[in-house]
Amino acid sequence: MSASATDPHHLGHHGGNMKDDDAPGRGEGGPAPQRIVTSYGFWIFLLSDIVMFSGFFAAHAVLAGETAGGPSGRELFEMPRVVQETALLLMSSFTCALGAVATERRSMAWAQGWLLVTGLLGFAFLMLEVAEFTTMIEHGAGPGRSAFLSSFFALVGCHGLHVGVGLLWLGTMMAQLWVKGFRDDILRRLSCFNLFWHALDIVWVGIFTLVYLLGSGL
Amino acid sequence: MLGKLNWGAIPIDQPIPLIAAGAIGLILAGVLAWITRAGHWPYLWREWITSVDHKRIGVMYVLLGLVMLIRGFVDAIMMRTQQAAAIGGAQGYLPPEHYDQLFSAHGTIMIFFGAMPFIIGLMNFVVPLQLGVRDVAFPTLNSVSFWLTAAGALLVNASLVIGEFARTGWLPYAPLSETGYSPGVGVDYYLWAIQISGVGTLMSGVNLVTTILKLRAPGMSYLRMPMFCWTALGSNMLIVAAFPILTATLAMLTLDRYLGFHFFTNEAGGNPMMFMNLIWAWGHPEVYILVLPAFGIFSETFSTFSSKPLFGYRSMVLATLFIVVVSFTVWLHHFFTMGAGGDVNAAFGIATSVIAVGTGVKVFNWLFTMYGGRVRFATPMLWSIAFMLVFVVGGMTGVLLAVPPADFLLHNSMFLVAHFHNVIVGGVVFGAFAGLTYWFPKAFGFRLDERWGQIAFWLSITGFVIVFGAMYVLGLEGMTRRLQHIDNVEWAPGIYVAGGGMVFMLLGVVAQVTQLVVSIRNRDALRDETGDPWDGRSLEWSTASPPPSFNFAVLPDVHGEEAYWTVKERARKEQSLGDAPQYEAVHMPRNSATGFVTAFFATLTGFALVWHIWWLVAVSLVGAYATFVAFAWRDEGEVEIAADTVAAADRARRTARQAWLDRQEGAA
Repeated sequence: MSASATDPHHLGHHGGNMKDDDAPGRGEGGPAPQRIVTSYGFWIFLLSDIVMFSGFFAAHAVLAGETAGGPSGRELFEMPRVVQETALLLMSSFTCALGAVATERRSMAWAQGWLLVTGLLGFAFLMLEVAEFTTMIEHGAGPGRSAFLSSFFALVGCHGLHVGVGLLWLGTMMAQLWVKGFRDDILRRLSCFNLFWHALDIVWVGIFTLVYLLGSGL
Repeated sequence: MLGKLNWGAIPIDQPIPLIAAGAIGLILAGVLAWITRAGHWPYLWREWITSVDHKRIGVMYVLLGLVMLIRGFVDAIMMRTQQAAAIGGAQGYLPPEHYDQLFSAHGTIMIFFGAMPFIIGLMNFVVPLQLGVRDVAFPTLNSVSFWLTAAGALLVNASLVIGEFARTGWLPYAPLSETGYSPGVGVDYYLWAIQISGVGTLMSGVNLVTTILKLRAPGMSYLRMPMFCWTALGSNMLIVAAFPILTATLAMLTLDRYLGFHFFTNEAGGNPMMFMNLIWAWGHPEVYILVLPAFGIFSETFSTFSSKPLFGYRSMVLATLFIVVVSFTVWLHHFFTMGAGGDVNAAFGIATSVIAVGTGVKVFNWLFTMYGGRVRFATPMLWSIAFMLVFVVGGMTGVLLAVPPADFLLHNSMFLVAHFHNVIVGGVVFGAFAGLTYWFPKAFGFRLDERWGQIAFWLSITGFVIVFGAMYVLGLEGMTRRLQHIDNVEWAPGIYVAGGGMVFMLLGVVAQVTQLVVSIRNRDALRDETGDPWDGRSLEWSTASPPPSFNFAVLPDVHGEEAYWTVKERARKEQSLGDAPQYEAVHMPRNSATGFVTAFFATLTGFALVWHIWWLVAVSLVGAYATFVAFAWRDEGEVEIAADTVAAADRARRTARQAWLDRQEGAA
């Protein structure tokens, strides 16, 4: 069966002008190695997570002025504490990266050490956040007080929940690393954890700026 | 101990849900008893429930979709009969609070648990085969995704007999869905069912995007991917970008309902309009998540059954990506009447009309694909041609509704109901049926009975035109949607006609089931020996039917746009299949019960959250976490399939292909 029989009016292009060697290079080499695939997939997941955060950011942008006669950001936010939180979280990102360096060098003691420091810094951050929430609720400024506070608690709390889940993951990861050593699958998971932890930092920078800095001026 | 749950939750005073639930329970118990007696459990557990094979998961997705389509169809029959029986003085047989649950459940089930699993199942099954690879990027995650979707479906169906379902419509508009107006558990069932299955869908989207972008056979560059892979890529990118918005929105509504937040309430500064905006910022892309893969299926069938390459392949790719982007800029047309103002309405009206251009390009390409081809009118092609005819009508009424002044007259009318059924049934469901008949032989090794397929098609399309044609007219006559009782007797003829059309659609469903039964019975006569029953053009037809667990003995080497057609052309020209390749051992992911166990705990968590059984929530979450740790702790992630096994499987395939080649020679 010749090409003219399958396409008598020459309407389709039959592989057409594309010769084998001038095809785009992408996909030429076959499936990517597992290490690339895992990280790539995790990046896609992180993007979706950031879209979810953007939903909460958008809601906060809409509701930030709706204090319903209750306290506003200027009265509630204690900037020194927020700065401490920011410092802790940024530092934990740094130590997390140091942990990745130690992992590259296959140094179990240093890797575990830096991961532990990362976890402690994250935990301290979370404790400060819980203290902030408790103080606000005690002063009658809980999430049910106004739409502004609803969106504040939901957005910051969602980030806090991510940090909490990250800590659980971190602990599990440290135990795995301890038992299984620097196996390929463990290394892939560690790199995903690194991506996750840094992404939480990026989201926090957004919260620090848009919620706290802008909010304390309102 | 049991939160809000008590005997009052069982609707003992309402016969209809009790009988329905009783019937479902009996069928379920019967099936389980039969499986137990026949001793199929070990097989089911080993080969299906714990399977991480994308083909098995795809089949299970489609099965879930089919069962839920029937459940949603029963709701539809009840709505049509209720309306026909409640005109003027008559009151029908469904009280308003039950009718409200019916139309809410109908929409929720059809979109989330009928259409979505069906489409995701087809993508799961077909995409890795078309890309020429052995599985998706994350096989175990794939199993988790499926079982979470099933968990959501289970929760929705549990609401039939334990408690109630939402009465708010398929999208729980605030403030109606807030505790003040919907104090029962109905909305909570909706929220947790959709959240749990939504996580599954999102994971499935991440999985397929990664698969398409990172796992392709050597030589399979972007512009050589079959059109179905392109539309699957578009659809899954939309899932990744849009489903998190749904998650966030429903989480906000959940916080409102459970913890007294004020996102969408009327009090304390809450903003109900924000719910409309957020839900439709997900909801409109969702429409394209469903219909893009259907467009891909039609592209495959039009090309295959016209024995021609797809016309305008590159413009098809562009149109797909155009729709992906523009689908995020039209959401406001779902509420033109809610006070956004003339300028905003005009902008969204124009954007809505513009998105139809992408679809228009596709329709012309399909037409030109058929033009000059040798068209074979097999069942998948019938569904495709019918799609093209009715979808153009649905598209036109859509563009009509996109004009804000027209929308002010037609919004919330039966015209709107007819429009979106016209595009979703005519687009997505027809596409799903075309895909089902098209790829069925690939999945099971035998074709579906052609005669019963055609009978099912003609009955369904007749019923479809009658039902929704009547609805268009009713809408133009001013009938609004979701009416439990009809005051205006002038609408009676239209309602009776629509009811009559339902009889045809019901017969169509019966014919589809018959087709399945007849085909399974005659499977030996319908056997597909060559793996290529339709003279296909893409790589899924190059392997055996059903494919071995590893799909391809050797990863295909792709030359040109139509990977398998090129291979067949060469074989015909050279009168030879080429030398047998060097076989190597294949490593495949090991089965895992992670998905099933996680979904078990997710179902428990959802149920406990609906009924405020807090200790059970904690226990189930710990259980889910433990399941993940157990999975993460395993040492052997893969099994090896020996080179001999691979070679044996491929030799059988090559023998069948050689026989095919000899027949070709004889014919020539």
